[in-house]
Amino acid sequence: MDSVLLSRMLFGTSMAFHIIFATLGVGVTLMIFFAEILHWIKKDRDYGVMAKRWTKGFAILLGVAIPSGTIVGVMLSLLWPGFMEIVGKVIAVPFQIEIFAFFLEAVFMSIYVYAADRLSNVMRIVSVAFVAFGASSSAFLINIAHSWMNTPRGFDVVDGAITDIDPWAAVLNPSMAVTSKHVLATAYMTGAFVLVSIAAFRLLRKTSSGQERAYHKKGLMLALVIALLASLYTATNGHSTAGMLHEEMPLKLAAAEGLFETQANAPLAIMGIPDVEAEAVVGGIEIPGMLSWLATGSSDGVVQGLNDFPQDEWPPLFVHTLFNLMVGIGFSLIGIAVLALGWAIVFRRRNLPTWLLVVLVTTGPLSMLGIEFGWIFSCVGRQPWTIYGFQLTSSAATNSGNVGILFFLFISLYIMLLVMTGLVLRYYFARNPVYKDLQAPQGEAF
Amino acid sequence: MTEPYVAILIIWVFLFVYAIAGAIDFGAGFWAMYYSKKETNATILANRYLTPSWEVTNVFLVLLVIAIVGFFPGAAFYMGTLMILPFSFVLILIAIRSAFMVFSFIVKKYTKLLVYISGITGLLIPALMIAILPMAIGGFIGGTGERQYILFDQLFTSPTLYTHIGFGLTTELFLSALLLSDYARESGSEETYAVYRKNAIILGPITLFFAITALLTLIPQAPWMVETMIDIWYLFALSLVAAAIGYSALWWPSKKQKPGRARVAVIFTVLQFGLASFGYGYSHMPYILYPELTVFDAFTDPTMFRWLLYGYAGGLALLVPAFVIFWRLFMKDKKYLQAESGEGNGY
Ligand code: HDD
Ligand code: HEM
Ligand code: HEM
Repeated sequence: MDSVLLSRMLFGTSMAFHIIFATLGVGVTLMIFFAEILHWIKKDRDYGVMAKRWTKGFAILLGVAIPSGTIVGVMLSLLWPGFMEIVGKVIAVPFQIEIFAFFLEAVFMSIYVYAADRLSNVMRIVSVAFVAFGASSSAFLINIAHSWMNTPRGFDVVDGAITDIDPWAAVLNPSMAVTSKHVLATAYMTGAFVLVSIAAFRLLRKTSSGQERAYHKKGLMLALVIALLASLYTATNGHSTAGMLHEEMPLKLAAAEGLFETQANAPLAIMGIPDVEAEAVVGGIEIPGMLSWLATGSSDGVVQGLNDFPQDEWPPLFVHTLFNLMVGIGFSLIGIAVLALGWAIVFRRRNLPTWLLVVLVTTGPLSMLGIEFGWIFSCVGRQPWTIYGFQLTSSAATNSGNVGILFFLFISLYIMLLVMTGLVLRYYFARNPVYKDLQAPQGEAF
Repeated sequence: MTEPYVAILIIWVFLFVYAIAGAIDFGAGFWAMYYSKKETNATILANRYLTPSWEVTNVFLVLLVIAIVGFFPGAAFYMGTLMILPFSFVLILIAIRSAFMVFSFIVKKYTKLLVYISGITGLLIPALMIAILPMAIGGFIGGTGERQYILFDQLFTSPTLYTHIGFGLTTELFLSALLLSDYARESGSEETYAVYRKNAIILGPITLFFAITALLTLIPQAPWMVETMIDIWYLFALSLVAAAIGYSALWWPSKKQKPGRARVAVIFTVLQFGLASFGYGYSHMPYILYPELTVFDAFTDPTMFRWLLYGYAGGLALLVPAFVIFWRLFMKDKKYLQAESGEGNGY
């Protein structure tokens, strides 16, 4: 295998690993913030215990989020030196400010976690607010760089040299606003759904006491409300993102939908496999006119197809499946959240039925899969370009002959860290069951 | 001063801060391991220092890499081709170390394992990092154009590599012993203070020995650097003076039980290190990688340079207050410093 392919595999895997912890870092810190706020307003100790336990879990994840982030951050320069050379000239500012967001998060996280017993209530809320703000800002800032790769602006290439550099135009590129909202909304949604899963899992246990059930139910409701809001926003904003693709990256949209011929009244193909020979999606369901309507806002709008572009610029067509899975997960999760909240409101006094709890347990993993599919879709769908229209992936890559060994070493590292994280989480929460926290004398929980 | 020199100066500042913070951080890991068998407060103290500080130290590493790519995008190519192996090994070790740092805080069962992991990586990481310096002074690069690589056989048989590593490690241990002795004073533990003071006294002359041999091995390896070094001999002379003051402060009379002013020793040693590393960096100019790459070749676009400066100014304005709070909570607060053991944290 050549070093370009190995670099792509290594970087893609590293990102897919980092994003698990990074997303939870963004989503769960926001949930901790809400729990602290409710604790303060309602003076209900359960929410204090909740914030504490969520923070414990988050602190464990942070132990992997930070080093895996350090890895991808440095790896970007190691594996994609050609890319970073242009980044350094055109879009270095967001990367640089991101570091300050990390600082902010790291400093206040240390304060919130390690000095909790010496902080007043208000200072605790202030520091956790800074943690949440730092995490969300870092997601926002890295996404600026990412959106710029998709819709590059703010420079020109003349005879291979970069000229006319305008850092602001690069930052304010056309896909920046809409994808940033998408990334943040999906991170909040995923953080909330993961906590929904955990609470639902605990509620499935028949042996727990009334006090424990009440605690888990509060957690479930808080997380469900946030998850529903975030996922509704995700769907509407996802629609605008698709509209952006139509304007800026028609080829990516065509690949996502498996549309070969440019046409008005373009149908939306759900699932199925795009077949290059047949020039059609085989085995899916087609909704006539739907794609035109989604992309342009009117069912007789014209949508460009793959055949408008040279075939050697097409991304791999399996992105169609990734895209469908992401969207499918989005709509299923909205449905589940509406159902569960509706049920809880209508049958106020009764417990949620077992089957519904089982369904709720799946929401966290599903949401995380949505994140993975979405990102892989976005990065693979950009191929063969690293900077769309400007730099091919093959000219961005390192030519070092050692990537193979490194691939092996890093994959082993990730597997080890995943296993360790799982073990540590299990060990900690088995040793410190929630009733211990709930029954601890007032004040001792912190 | 021209713009590329301003940029490399900023990078030197980041490198300097990371070197100090990293030396202390990694060194504390080593000392915690060294004393783990002997049931002293020395272990507990080193661990308590490490717990809240490694995250912040880590961000400095990222800052450094991002600053290099931002100011000198032309250097990215060399990082990605020549330096990919040492950097990747450092990354893997850091990942293992950081993860265990957090895991062992949460699950006490892992504390013993952590002590060894952070002790061993505390030596390996700085050794690998410092090994990058001799690679940058030239003479170890083979191949041409697109296909360049490090001549590892020549590198590994070169005395320059080993004197640099020796210097890196002794500096790390010396600095961390000094800082921990100061930290012990601040926590009111005179007994631990004495332990770390003794280590500092032993390590001081060894560090000096390696510093001088590292310079001597440079003479055949990098005559172009030595020429500049002779021109700025006064910087190195000042650095020696600072070293002498710092070292002697370990015997200055003090109001406490044991003699020595740890704080003064720390400040002067850091100053000495600053002067010497500035002199080293200055002599390295204008090359980033001799003789391939100068700061002028690698420099970013002037527009971008200005925006980066605004960015750093804005970021620092935000961060300095945060750091002040951090410092007061972990380095100054008597309640935290004097807690019986690593416990006493609610979380
Ligand atoms: C929980 C995860 C999740 C869910 C449910 C959705 N998305 Fe998404 N989507 C992402 C998570 C995601 C993401 C955070 O992973 C991506 C990858 C790159 C990006 O900017 O956001 C993304 C990218 C992304 C893109 C490509 C942007 C680009 O390549 O520049 C489009 C067109 C959509 N999404 C559209 C949708 C639609 C119409 C959804 C319907 C509900 C949807 N997404 C749900
Ligand atoms: C795509 C979405 C991403 C999200 C949502 C995200 C978010 C995060 C979060 C929440 C953290 C933990 C920060 C902390 O606690 O200090 C983190 C760490 C980090 N991330 Fe990512 N990240 C993303 C992608 C990337 C990419 C592509 C890079 C590479 C350039 C990167 C570089 C880093 C670095 C260097 C760190 C470690 C910072 C430190 O030392 O504290 N991230 N990221
Ligand atoms: C966090 C979730 C992400 C995942 C799972 C992900 C996944 C991937 C994958 C699978 C590839 C290989 C594509 C291929 O060559 O076929 C890739 C490439 C790449 N991604 Fe992403 N990515 C993520 C986020 C980001 C972000 C936020 C950035 C921007 C800073 C980024 C920058 C890159 C670069 C520079 C490449 C290499 C060049 C290329 O193949 O185009 N990625 N990513």
